[in-house]
Amino acid sequence: MSDTQTDIQIDELDLGTSRSLWATAWLRLRKNKAAMASLAILIIYILIGTFGPMLTTHDYDNSYRDFTREPASLQLYPPTEDILPSAERVITRARLQPQSVELDGDILTVTATSSREIDERVTRYMDRSDLFANTRVIEISPDNLTVTMQSDVQRYRFIFGTDSNGRDQLARIVIAIRISLLIGAAATAVALLIGVLYGAIAGFIGGMVDSVMMRVVDILYSLPFIFFVILLVVFFGNNIFLMFIAVGAIEWLDMARIVRGQTLSLRRREFVSAAEALGVKPVSIVKRHIIPNTLGPVIVYTTLMVPKVILLESFLSFLGLGVQNPLTSLGVLISNGSRDIQGTPYLLIYPSLALTILLFALNFLGDGLRDALDPKDR
Amino acid sequence: MIRYILRRLLGAIPTLFLVVTVAFFLIRIAPGGPFDAERALEPTVLANLNAYFHLDKPLYEQYFRYLGNLLQGDMGPSFFRRDFSVHELLADGLPVSMLLGSLALLMAVVFGSILGCIAALRQNSWIDYTVIAIATFGITVPNFVVAPILALIFGVALNLLPTGGWGGGHPANLVMPVIALGLPQVAVIARLIRGAMIEALRSDHVRTARAYGLPTRMIVVTHSLRAACLPAVSYLGPAAAGLLTGSIVIEQVFGLPGIGREFVNAALSRDYTLVMGTVIVIAVFVLIFNLIVDILYAALDPRVRYE
Repeated sequence: MSDTQTDIQIDELDLGTSRSLWATAWLRLRKNKAAMASLAILIIYILIGTFGPMLTTHDYDNSYRDFTREPASLQLYPPTEDILPSAERVITRARLQPQSVELDGDILTVTATSSREIDERVTRYMDRSDLFANTRVIEISPDNLTVTMQSDVQRYRFIFGTDSNGRDQLARIVIAIRISLLIGAAATAVALLIGVLYGAIAGFIGGMVDSVMMRVVDILYSLPFIFFVILLVVFFGNNIFLMFIAVGAIEWLDMARIVRGQTLSLRRREFVSAAEALGVKPVSIVKRHIIPNTLGPVIVYTTLMVPKVILLESFLSFLGLGVQNPLTSLGVLISNGSRDIQGTPYLLIYPSLALTILLFALNFLGDGLRDALDPKDR
Repeated sequence: MIRYILRRLLGAIPTLFLVVTVAFFLIRIAPGGPFDAERALEPTVLANLNAYFHLDKPLYEQYFRYLGNLLQGDMGPSFFRRDFSVHELLADGLPVSMLLGSLALLMAVVFGSILGCIAALRQNSWIDYTVIAIATFGITVPNFVVAPILALIFGVALNLLPTGGWGGGHPANLVMPVIALGLPQVAVIARLIRGAMIEALRSDHVRTARAYGLPTRMIVVTHSLRAACLPAVSYLGPAAAGLLTGSIVIEQVFGLPGIGREFVNAALSRDYTLVMGTVIVIAVFVLIFNLIVDILYAALDPRVRYE
């Protein structure tokens, strides 16, 4: 993207009116195809995360015991040729002898006999299977030894297949996207809050306080931090709330440094001196003048932090330290998928793709925002 | 220079002390203990075990006892794998992780700088775009995705390499773990070198060298690369940490008996001494790497002087 060309076009768009920093940034961002595509993908992800779980035909924690490890396909389960054998199996399990089993469209008609009296509640054996529902007794012989039942055949599609517990992979990916996005947003918010406040205070007060505060950041940098996070999560239980804190607590250091650097330069600007001369309290200066002016770089680093956080969460979940069953996240799904790559490669491929696309989109958007908000930084 | 190194080594002591202290108390305030996992023990047995490992003493006394032993180089027995001392377990795991890590680092430095240089010299050509694509891929795709996918392609589909296991350090067992571990670092280093190289090639001293008619190879190797590898060198410190954390995942995926897997298992089974041992070893590594990076920096950039 060439700058001169962009500027000419921008000028043609609105001659005469002044443009705010944000309007300019938005115009620049719109010219960046990769960033705009990423923005669109991200919006789709957010929509999937918000509404997807309501739209999927399966529940993410519902196990279909009859359909474990079904490969990803558009096929209807059960396949037509499997229905009759399955029905016979179910009837045998109910201790009945199947006499005739017929399939007419989606209606299964079964006639079965038993040496003992048949209770009407035998229909429950049929309903218990994932395949049949609404079983009703059509006819029962006067001696209660022969029964004719009708069931609706339940047929499902598992577009992305099912896992080893018979859970629909599509529903699980959709809920995982929701969890990963939530953790990404919440942990970033934690890191943002700590980092911005810490950096702004250190930079604004300056002097000894600044050196001590920044020295603390330096020491924390030199610690193998991820190991402490693992310890924290292992020892204090696998709770999502703690994940936010742990991940947020590790990611705030960069933000603190950036904000402090910005604050140091803002501190010497005239409008801050003016506010001080007018007797504005330091807290208000930080709130009204310092933090709003650091917003540009902060936004850029926030967008770049979200993928890092999602990655960290997936990393912890991959090790089995993050989100726990039956809830799931992309890291958990990838970890489960990598356990049997020989038998069920699709369990690995789809969540990996979902995570990779999400990370690409976030990174490209972050880069695009950096170019848009801070063109001299290129 | 020697004085600087000594001072840095002295300066590392408080950091290390901090690591030991935080890790020690973090483990201890956590619920659960090393003897919980098994079937509930007889109270007398439990009391004896606790007494044997001094776990019945007040916490501060345990802490000072641990520090005292540590200063004498004794990390104590493992609580969970009771036939082994922490030393023995670390001595088993460390060579595996170090071999993996150093091979991955070697791969990162060699391929990263070659790719970065080529991309910079052929800026905006298809080679450049390929390198940028590889770099973006390597940075974005996490190694816990790369590792199983590699295993799927080369281990299962093509059946060229074993999908896991250590195999006594057989080279075939090392190929995929090293690639999965090194790829993100290759990507970062290639990107850093490319950026710095483009800048270095435009700098005044390179233009002067060109004007004098020096051969291109000399300009690139002697005059540009030295300046261009500075950002990559300063990245190597965090890269070492990245390799260590990365190897937790890689060891898990490929089932390698390294120190990262040891750490996670120790944390899960509340093996206090083994957790402490691994944390200390890893912290020492990170600190040493940061020091080496700073020394290298001074060697490469004559403007940097350590007094």
